[in-house]
Amino acid sequence: MKSIVQEIAPEIRFATMQHTTGKSAAAGNPIFRIIKYVLYDILQNRIVIGYTLFLLAVSMGLFGLSDDPTKGLISLLNIVLIVTPLVSVVFATIHFYNAGEFIELLAAQPIRRGVIVWSQFLGLVIALLIAVLLGIGVPIALYTPTATGLSLLAAAMGLTIVFIALALLASVFTRDKAKGIGVALLLWFYFALLYDALVLFILFSFADYPLEKATLVLAALNPIDLARVVVLLQMDISALMGYTGALFREWLGSSWGIVSAMGILLLWAVVPMLLAVRVFRKKDL
Amino acid sequence: MLESIQLSKSFGKLKVLDGVSVRMQAGQAVSFIGPNGSGKTTFIKCLLGLVIPDSGDVTMNGEHILGNWDYRRHIGYMPQIGRYPDHIRVGQLFDMIQEIRRGTFQRLDDDLMRAFEVDTFAHKTMRTLSGGTRQKVSACLAFMFDPAVLILDEPTAGLDPLSSEILKEKVLAEKAKGKLTLLTSHILSDLDELTTDVLYIMEGKVLFYQPIEQLKAQTGEDKLHRAIANVMKQQATA
Repeated sequence: MKSIVQEIAPEIRFATMQHTTGKSAAAGNPIFRIIKYVLYDILQNRIVIGYTLFLLAVSMGLFGLSDDPTKGLISLLNIVLIVTPLVSVVFATIHFYNAGEFIELLAAQPIRRGVIVWSQFLGLVIALLIAVLLGIGVPIALYTPTATGLSLLAAAMGLTIVFIALALLASVFTRDKAKGIGVALLLWFYFALLYDALVLFILFSFADYPLEKATLVLAALNPIDLARVVVLLQMDISALMGYTGALFREWLGSSWGIVSAMGILLLWAVVPMLLAVRVFRKKDL
Repeated sequence: MLESIQLSKSFGKLKVLDGVSVRMQAGQAVSFIGPNGSGKTTFIKCLLGLVIPDSGDVTMNGEHILGNWDYRRHIGYMPQIGRYPDHIRVGQLFDMIQEIRRGTFQRLDDDLMRAFEVDTFAHKTMRTLSGGTRQKVSACLAFMFDPAVLILDEPTAGLDPLSSEILKEKVLAEKAKGKLTLLTSHILSDLDELTTDVLYIMEGKVLFYQPIEQLKAQTGEDKLHRAIANVMKQQATA
């Protein structure tokens, strides 16, 4: 597997090459020229605004209901872990299929296929991160501007990026829109609901064996679990940490636990995207 | 200038292109003729890199185009059905493509934009345009960057007679400048005036590829549509 830099580098080289040829003084990276139009297209869609308002209402409501902001954070965490992956994966999938015409138009222009996928990805990431920052970031800054609050915001942002990447991967594989959305929903269902049940089942079935390492691996295999671990490690509430959280803490200590969990979460965005670009390069449009 | 070598492509079990080898030179206007589903559009999409062939190769000025992208700066493409983002305005679309192709073209050619009076509908969103107006937009985009190769897939379909004439005159003017033009159309009388060579594709294979004068002489007809009908009849009896 090539590194990210190698993978993105050709596009960046293209931009610098244009600079040196001096044909156009203001020539930026083609990715950034396209992102503007991708963002324009996404923001025409009222769903992003609705999503922002929804997050804002939920966070403000939860913080306003309880006197203790930590309680509010825990309630918010549970909602964030379910809602941000769901909205990100479904919205990104629908957007990618709706952008089919735009993608076809771009593919006939003198730009790399990789540029097209990366600009769609970054456009989606920017749009949905703005929603998360406004909807969750602002209330956190108002009520609990602590490290724990920040870790929850980081987890929400991380999950958003990861599930956009997963959505694009699912979209480049399937031609049919309905099938693509189905796969996106299945991914969410698996990671958000099914996975925990499977892990519990495994833990109960093999309760007689030492499972510490296995459990760590199992948590790393689910981005939503990883995000939960990040926040709970920061919260330092052992009762709520759950089995995997306790293990992360025991094995790595709080700060290293957070760093490694975030690192693996990042991999969950990078690897699907590199795969998606690879598949898209060979795709018939 | 543009050459395909043993180009083959299947969609599932369906073999759409079967060893297509064609060499095209600057100054030619090649008409792709063949029944529906004979592989004309797939062939065009292979030349553009939109469809990746299973085997075979395409070269432009001697360079392989597979996995390459920079060569597309030399191509203006007018798709069969111009599909554009719904919410974008016509003016924005032109701005966007210009911005994306910035640095890859020598001069902007706005002849067609003026002839079609694009100004009068530049503020409309793509969704609200009629099929014919959309075709005009596609045509303007194809000619806008003064490319060396023009690929026009059913260019006159849906255009009113006046616009159709404007487009045909533009094609002739560009051909006179020594450009390579590739055309498909089912309206053979449209092609008659424009074409220098005829490429007949059937079931993914090249049936014949020859200058139009030669074809007319062989069949003893002076109109393209008669000549093609003649060939098809011979095919049926053979």
